[in-house]
Amino acid sequence: MIKVENISKMFGKNTVLKNISTTIQSGEVVAVIGPSGSGKSTFLRCLNLLEKPTSGKIYIKDQEITNPKTDIMEIRKKIGMVFQQFNLFPHMTVLDNVTYAPRKVNQLSKEKAEEIGKHLLSKVGLSDKIDSYPNQLSGGQKQRVAIARALAMEPEIMLFDEPTSALDPEMVKEVLDVMKDLAKTGMTMVIVTHEMNFAKEVADRIFFIDDGVILEDADPREFFTEPKTERAKDFLSKIL
Amino acid sequence: MRLDFSQLTPYIPFILEGIIVTLKFVSVSILIGLVLGTLLSLCKISKNVFLKALANAYTSIFRGTPLILQLMIIYYAVPQLTNYDIPIYLSAILSFGLNSAAYVSEIIRAGIMAVDKGQVEAAEALGVPYWKMMKDIILPQAVKNILPALMNEFITLTKESAVVSTIGYLDLMRRAQVVGAALYRNFEPLIFVGIIYWVMVTILTKLGSMVERRLRTSDQG
Repeated sequence: MIKVENISKMFGKNTVLKNISTTIQSGEVVAVIGPSGSGKSTFLRCLNLLEKPTSGKIYIKDQEITNPKTDIMEIRKKIGMVFQQFNLFPHMTVLDNVTYAPRKVNQLSKEKAEEIGKHLLSKVGLSDKIDSYPNQLSGGQKQRVAIARALAMEPEIMLFDEPTSALDPEMVKEVLDVMKDLAKTGMTMVIVTHEMNFAKEVADRIFFIDDGVILEDADPREFFTEPKTERAKDFLSKIL
Repeated sequence: MRLDFSQLTPYIPFILEGIIVTLKFVSVSILIGLVLGTLLSLCKISKNVFLKALANAYTSIFRGTPLILQLMIIYYAVPQLTNYDIPIYLSAILSFGLNSAAYVSEIIRAGIMAVDKGQVEAAEALGVPYWKMMKDIILPQAVKNILPALMNEFITLTKESAVVSTIGYLDLMRRAQVVGAALYRNFEPLIFVGIIYWVMVTILTKLGSMVERRLRTSDQG
């Protein structure tokens, strides 16, 4: 589903990703963890080219998206993304947030888009909020709208960039629950997170990224009980 | 010397007509400034290096030289260079419109840049094409930043419009001078149009704060 070949990313003279290669299969749920500034968000943002890798190749379903000739907008329709800061459209209602892209990008009729939107919003438990505006919602509700918005494009891959980091503690669970349900449906998911319990419980694989490289690529049970590298041991001892 | 406004009475219709003349050319200038300024601002935020440089050079020139100089150049230089006897009205709206465009482009550019970068990323991640993103997502949010500053620009333009009297355009200011010359008294007509300018600007200012308040109450951000 996703193949990454030797990607590096520099910001000026600063190397953030160093020659990363990996493959993610369809239906896999990968939790990307690691210290702040290790490059995990940059890695995630490379997967839909919100960041352009300085070198290396990325394939999504065998199509090389790093090739300048590839129509990245076309690929992005199939990759949903959820941001730490939600990034909902503040001037649109919840339902409009969810139906905007299906209507304007996929050219669905208003009725069809609203049918999908209402269905998704009921799945994330927000049927009663469809006419609200984002600023009338709590953080957890906003993030669930953001997930519904991404799902409305019927993506094959979902990217999550620290989806619970901006939330009050009591709202983390409602968002993680939605993500758990999503994982059960067989969605391919890449999740940058600091929620170790969630990673342990939901992920099929853990990427431990430190200093721009995937230091460990392991089964969650293995990783959390017996990390192979000193760096990972040190990281886990500090947060668990 | 005592003030005597009674002598002004026969000239009042003549002066009041100046309000229409001034408003007519100010509003057309604003329109030109708005359209051209929007285009320039889009050039400024585009990735095209050439368009960007062009728009920046334009702004630099029109903001970096006196408006009265631009007015004179258009009014005197065009006939000299092209043999086209440019009407006063046309030179007035051209110079004010072109000048205003430079300021408007900066206002709009800043308003667009102030929209949270996450909005662009969210739209890009959904595969929304650039123009739809601009039209449906970025500009509606930018308007809130832009409108108050734009109102200020209109107010400035209304006041500065008095400069066209220097090329003999019969606006409010010029009419005050004409009446002053006829009466051999300048103070009263000047005070009179001064009040008119003040009233016009006050109305615009009130309109501006009304718009601002409407935006704030409709702010769903």
